[in-house]
Amino acid sequence: MRAYTPKNDVQAKAYYTDRYYVAPQVPKQKVETDEVFSHDLAAIKAKFDVKEAFIQVGQMIVYINANDIYAVLEYMRDELTYTQLSEMSAIDWLAKDNTFEIFYQMLSMSKRKRIRIKFFINNGDAVDSVEKLFRCADWSEREMFDMFGIEANNHPFMKRILLPYDWQGYPLLKTYPLQGDEFAAWYEVDKIYGKEAREEIGPEIRDTARVDRYDSERFSRLGFEVPKGTEITGDEPRNPQEYQEEGGVFLIKKFTKESSTVIDDPQR
Amino acid sequence: MAQHKVNYTQDGGLPVALTSIDKIVNWGRSNSIWALTYGLACCGIEMMASGASRFDFDRYGTIFRASPRQADVMIVAGTLTKKHAEFIKRLYDQMTEPRWVISMGSCANTGGMFNTYATVQGVDRIIPVDLYLPGCAPRPETLQYGVMLLQKKIRANKAGNAQKPKRLM
Repeated sequence: MRAYTPKNDVQAKAYYTDRYYVAPQVPKQKVETDEVFSHDLAAIKAKFDVKEAFIQVGQMIVYINANDIYAVLEYMRDELTYTQLSEMSAIDWLAKDNTFEIFYQMLSMSKRKRIRIKFFINNGDAVDSVEKLFRCADWSEREMFDMFGIEANNHPFMKRILLPYDWQGYPLLKTYPLQGDEFAAWYEVDKIYGKEAREEIGPEIRDTARVDRYDSERFSRLGFEVPKGTEITGDEPRNPQEYQEEGGVFLIKKFTKESSTVIDDPQR
Repeated sequence: MAQHKVNYTQDGGLPVALTSIDKIVNWGRSNSIWALTYGLACCGIEMMASGASRFDFDRYGTIFRASPRQADVMIVAGTLTKKHAEFIKRLYDQMTEPRWVISMGSCANTGGMFNTYATVQGVDRIIPVDLYLPGCAPRPETLQYGVMLLQKKIRANKAGNAQKPKRLM
């Protein structure tokens, strides 16, 4: 006999996973295959230490040292015409080797090319802010701090951007539970009513599909309503829902189904 | 009242209608439910559609107000994030009694599809709710029907001070 598994919230889970699945890798090309990129890489290599460089999906990825980032981005903006910072954020590799991978996606409008500058930092280290070079990095770095807890040195306003200032935890870390840790689960209750209210308000109900038609405390079946707390047997009397009460409402014309017009044409 | 409308054979020949205080107060209240403009997400669009000419909330005397101090009902239309939770409580506290709350749509009812760390799993964790409207988003007809049910609820209650203020805590 097969082992019994609880069927609660079963639709939220994947019912089939391939045991032999290998995630496909994006193929890498040598930088020499692209003329513009090989010229740019040579220019960067002449001034800075480049650890690794290759092309993926038509974009060059360059790994540099963490403390070169400000100078590299300044050089790329001023000399190599990569004038836009499209995006920057971090990737959590804490489980692998306790590091974060930081990436800066650069765009050159005149060359029509994109370069991604990357480097690794250890857990707990800060990065240098590039907010003085690109104003857009202001909010990006705050978001990185909000979501990963990576601080940026020399940032003008290093505070959380999306979550409240008094939030604890960094939600984009792989170790952060999607439905929140204990602090997140009780955040609004603790803040508004205080910790002593937890017992009265109760824990969050996370299975939103759960409807118990035999629970007359919290649910009522439309058209078959019973007083709160009544035991449901299944043969409840029908309770037709009409807009107005039996006696009608003072000064208002009684609305009945018979006197109303049903409009069948949806394009009326 | 125009003279030709007076029916002297009714009500003892007087152009008056007799009623009780409860009924007339509740009649007034139920036909002037002013709603707080509180669209938090996409349900807010349906709420706006309900207020606009096609569905026309003005027929029910439901007029959207920009201030909680002028509003009778708070229609929570959309996802309530945990960051915003303290403000919904503050706005609710600013409304004068008697006050009602309609929780509109799945997100406001239970958190809906946002089964995440940042979403309040139902506004009834913060403020007491009178009416839950299902749907994602509910059609304006649903909101209309909800307002009609709320009118019914108001008329079913006593109008005086006996009405118990609702408290979650």
